[in-house]
Amino acid sequence: MTSPNPLDVREATAARQGSDRAASAMSPVVVEARRLSLVYSTADKPVTALSEVDLTIARGDFVSLIGPSGCGKTTLLRVIADLERPTSGQIAIEGMTPEQARLRRLYGYVFQAPALYPWRTVERNVMLPLEIMGIARAERQARAREQLERVGLVGFERKFPWQLSGGMQQRVSIARALALQPDLLLMDEPFGALDEITRDHLNLHLTQLWRATGKTCVFVTHSIAEAVFLSTRIVVMSPRPGRILDVIDCDSLPRERTLDIRESPEFAAIAHRVREGLKEGHSYDD
Amino acid sequence: MSDVTTNPYRTSLRTAADWGLVAVALPALAALALPLGVRNGAMLGWLGGTMAPLFLIGAVLAVVIGRSAPKRVWGAWVELAGVALAWLLPVHLLNEGLDLSAGWGVWLFLLAATLLLWRVMGVLAGVPGWTRSVIVPGLFGLGLLVGWEVLVRGFQVPAILLPPPSRIAAALAANAPVLWDDFRQTVLTSVLRGYVMGCGAGFLVAILADRVPFLARGLLPLGNLASAIPVVGIAPIMVMWFGFDWQSKAAVIVVMTFFPMLINTLAGLGNSERIQLDLMRSYAAGYGRTLVKLRLPNALPFLFNGLKINSTLALIGAIVAEFFGTPVVGMGFRISTEVARMNLDIVWATIAVAALTGSGLYGVLAVLERVTTAWHPSMRQR
Ligand SMILES: Nc1ncnc2c1ncn2[C@@H]1O[C@H](COP(=O)(O)OP(=O)(O)OP(=O)(O)O)[C@@H](O)[C@H]1O
Ligand SMILES: [Mg+2]
Repeated sequence: MTSPNPLDVREATAARQGSDRAASAMSPVVVEARRLSLVYSTADKPVTALSEVDLTIARGDFVSLIGPSGCGKTTLLRVIADLERPTSGQIAIEGMTPEQARLRRLYGYVFQAPALYPWRTVERNVMLPLEIMGIARAERQARAREQLERVGLVGFERKFPWQLSGGMQQRVSIARALALQPDLLLMDEPFGALDEITRDHLNLHLTQLWRATGKTCVFVTHSIAEAVFLSTRIVVMSPRPGRILDVIDCDSLPRERTLDIRESPEFAAIAHRVREGLKEGHSYDD
Repeated sequence: MSDVTTNPYRTSLRTAADWGLVAVALPALAALALPLGVRNGAMLGWLGGTMAPLFLIGAVLAVVIGRSAPKRVWGAWVELAGVALAWLLPVHLLNEGLDLSAGWGVWLFLLAATLLLWRVMGVLAGVPGWTRSVIVPGLFGLGLLVGWEVLVRGFQVPAILLPPPSRIAAALAANAPVLWDDFRQTVLTSVLRGYVMGCGAGFLVAILADRVPFLARGLLPLGNLASAIPVVGIAPIMVMWFGFDWQSKAAVIVVMTFFPMLINTLAGLGNSERIQLDLMRSYAAGYGRTLVKLRLPNALPFLFNGLKINSTLALIGAIVAEFFGTPVVGMGFRISTEVARMNLDIVWATIAVAALTGSGLYGVLAVLERVTTAWHPSMRQR
């Protein structure tokens, strides 16, 4: 791993200067979902993946979605990304429909699997979204290099994805999403396949990146510790049909996170509340 | 190679007793006791005045040297020289005027040489790189040719049934100008044009059908129907429609190659995973971008499959179609007229040209596939 990056202000300012972004930068709400439901119609019987979800994500928030497997976390992320249409309810991204937001490339999505293209080298995989956006070659290469450095994959640019380990592949896919320099970062268990140490490193990188750039992050995880360490708010979801059980504010933790806050009593208190929420499967009174 | 040279178990077993070599030695020893052939009504043994002993000594020397070589692979090359020498023996004897059909000594000796070749190939096939991918198949093909030559000449098979390769090669050389004209007419004109048109149309229609789903639904059942039509049925019809020249051959080829290409392209376009497509969608990439950056690369193995199938189909189609009318040139025309005249050497020469052309086309496509789909799991070299 490389040492923690002096996360560039250049990127943050560049993002803020985007013309259509400047206008919406006024609005404090990035994602707003009201009574959102989604029913998958499958061959045998319909599956309710999301049921009456209300969620507001403010600019600069780091929101973690946590819940048992199959509870609809990925589905919620996919609805935000306009990869899935809700069955009922409203959702707005930066005041737009998800489709408009997608067409303006407002978000970067890290999928649950790396989804790298095997015929492209690592570097060209990271440059793929930039090619589609029509960014000049030199700039593409510079950005790819920068992001690969961030995830500790310098020296692997010319390798093919299938020559990398699963965790390395996932880091490439993170670099690919970061290269887009989106304001909204949607991440579906990005560190699920990584070992504890690498995971700690990347968590630290991610929280620093988030703090320096003011990105809004929606992050799916199964790890309570990871959720508490990274988040400003934690959304606890119930088993199917996916409902929101609890939204936990992490205001008691400082905005600047270091690995040793994990030893603090505040950290333990929040973690405890998340665990209880998951275990009991019912809501706390706030 | 590594497990042949370094596997301690194999090495110790070989020092104890080389059973493979015993299997080679047994028929060779038996061969020494048997006659080599008949000349002027008299049975001839190994010491009957030919150079046979020299070949024998050479082969034995090669085996002895090969076995004591410091590296198994070097030994294999020396043994290969021994095999070559052994297979030259019948050629020498035939030139000396011997009749080998009663010479069991020669045939047993060749059996031993073949077993030795088996061993050599086993070693060489373990050597990565050019040796494995080019030399081994090349040796295999050469072995078949030499075997064919020696057997046909040794047992005096009538040339009208099966000529030896040397005779086919001679016919090839003697008729080179005619064969070249045929090749130009059939391959360079009919096949190439028909192939490009058929595969191109299949590819383009597949892309259209991918956008317009009802086209795919309507066309795919037709594809099964079309592939069941025999060439001999459509060829005369195409000749009536398009005349004697290359156009009718190209039309037959288009009919034969269109649907295999269409079906393979459609299968290839459907080969992208959902998550890969979602990624493109998340970048707001349109249909064209997704096609070029994701779906066509993913379809490449399928495309090559279609192209390879079609390269053989096109050649067959053109040759058969020429049976039904052609200007007086072309490989199919040559075969049909020279068979009628019992000029079988030219027929065989034409068949050889067709076979070489077919494997050449296939080889070019295989190399192209290797280059462009090296990333595919079936092609990856660790
Ligand atoms: N395309 C689909 N068609 C039908 N049902 C689906 C589809 N995608 C997801 N589901 C169902 O919706 C439910 C929620 O799925 P989802 O992928 O959102 O879960 P998840 O919370 O991300 O789980 P995990 O933690 O295991 O990734 C599951 O029960 C799943 O079976
Ligand atoms: Mg999921």
